[in-house]
Amino acid sequence: MKGRWLIPTIYIILLMIPIYWLVNMSFKTNQEILSVLSPIPLNPTLDNYLVIFTDASWYSGYINSTIYVVMNMIISVSVALPAAYAFSRYRFLGDKHLFFWLLTNRMAPPAVFALPFFQLYSSVGLFDTHIAVALAHCLFNVPLAVWILEGFMSGVPKEIDETAYIDGYSFPKFFVKIFMPQIASGIGVAAFFCFMFSWVELLLARTLTSVNAKPIAATMTRTVSASGLDWGVLAAAGVLTIIPGALVIYFVRNYIAKGFALGRV
Amino acid sequence: MERKVNQKAWFLVLPVVLIVCFSALIPLMTVVNYAFQDTFGGNEFFWAGLVWFEDILNSSRFHDALWRQFLFSGLILLIEIPLGVVVALSMPRRGLGVPICLVLMALPLLIPWNVVGTIWQIFGRVDIGLLGWAVNSLGISYNYTTDPLSAWVTVVLMDVWHWTSLVVLLAYAGLRSIPEAYYQAARIDGASRWAVFRHIQLPKIRRVLVIAILLRFMDSFMIYTEPFVVTGGGPGSATSFLSVDLVKIAIGQFDLGRAAAMSIIYFLIILALSWVFYTVMTAKRRDDMEVGQ
Repeated sequence: MKGRWLIPTIYIILLMIPIYWLVNMSFKTNQEILSVLSPIPLNPTLDNYLVIFTDASWYSGYINSTIYVVMNMIISVSVALPAAYAFSRYRFLGDKHLFFWLLTNRMAPPAVFALPFFQLYSSVGLFDTHIAVALAHCLFNVPLAVWILEGFMSGVPKEIDETAYIDGYSFPKFFVKIFMPQIASGIGVAAFFCFMFSWVELLLARTLTSVNAKPIAATMTRTVSASGLDWGVLAAAGVLTIIPGALVIYFVRNYIAKGFALGRV
Repeated sequence: MERKVNQKAWFLVLPVVLIVCFSALIPLMTVVNYAFQDTFGGNEFFWAGLVWFEDILNSSRFHDALWRQFLFSGLILLIEIPLGVVVALSMPRRGLGVPICLVLMALPLLIPWNVVGTIWQIFGRVDIGLLGWAVNSLGISYNYTTDPLSAWVTVVLMDVWHWTSLVVLLAYAGLRSIPEAYYQAARIDGASRWAVFRHIQLPKIRRVLVIAILLRFMDSFMIYTEPFVVTGGGPGSATSFLSVDLVKIAIGQFDLGRAAAMSIIYFLIILALSWVFYTVMTAKRRDDMEVGQ
């Protein structure tokens, strides 16, 4: 059975090499990066990280991203919860069409929406605000949350609802007190995926912001195009954006496949 | 699960409908608007009919982008699906190492897309990247900023690195649902490794694989961030996929009519694909009901 680990091990090592290289670069000075190619930093330095934590144009990027991501997560999950319940428990006029329409929005290329979003949010005076990006990301995150939650809710036996109603629970009380604890892991997974897809999105976030709400992703790409030199800081910024995902991944490890497959595995 | 007819359920979905109207329907109508109109500047538009559509459908630039897109999506499917299945098959069904393996494999999936771009931008560079340096010192000329073939290899390799784990995770989830008794029966019958795969494992993971293929196809069909960061669509327009090209036209050149018409054609392709996806996804329900419950 020992040979069983061979292929996964090789695969994981190959996956780790590019990440290792990024981490390696983030501890080097630019001088060292450009002069020698070394597998470990010869003069390890934390300067690149210091730049990010002290320069407002860098750390404000992280703050902005966090603000709109959290906003989006809260909006998406809270509107998706009742909707997912409706889809999993009831049939109503146009339910299938609506469910399909939601899916098309998850699949829609953000590139199609970039320009109209820009005009829409400019005309209502929301351009360059966090809420604009949070709302724009609802385009794909609300459908995602609805689909994932519906997948989890359909796994909860219907008898629970019926018993609760017989016991005299009202719908809101039943939903919050009894139903939500039942699908707690589903809510966690939905929130995690909303967080992630909003955190990784660049195009819409970049189009809808200029200064006040500029996300870290945009800061990173703009640095590249402007100077194209500060590799160390860029690498350090990259490492810092990986950390949130790496921290929570352990808790959702059993649900990653389910989440990506929109709750259908 | 039997679902009751209840029209009041509309109140529960109303918030979602409102928010999606604001974030999807209104913008989409703007696009439709532009697609059928033209302007001489200012804010005066007039009806242009199907001119923009004819223009786009006849332009070689669009054909090239579309062709590149299909080539890219096809290539990454050809690599990622078999590779993912092989890795999933070779993973032990249980053991202490499995959760660690899964967590490590899932790591690339959770890296922000632009950082995936940054990682490969650095990794592939000839002067400072391990990959670029290694390939060149093997005597193969490689430079993704000047050579279209290198750029393609980089972008495809990046996508394989980024997303193969998703196929692994999905396939592994499917494999884990196979009862141990099946394997024991196969062992008693003396079935070969291939026979086990062909007759036990493949039928069981077929549905997950279809989901994986569709997800990968659709997500790769709208890829923007990663090639944008690494190659910017270049050299020339060698890696300008549909989204990259569309953004160039819409935001770069502010060519509203052409961009809008292209968006609609793009969206229709996605719509057709979504329908296939939806059919597959919801078909499972019926299978489940027939088999179990």
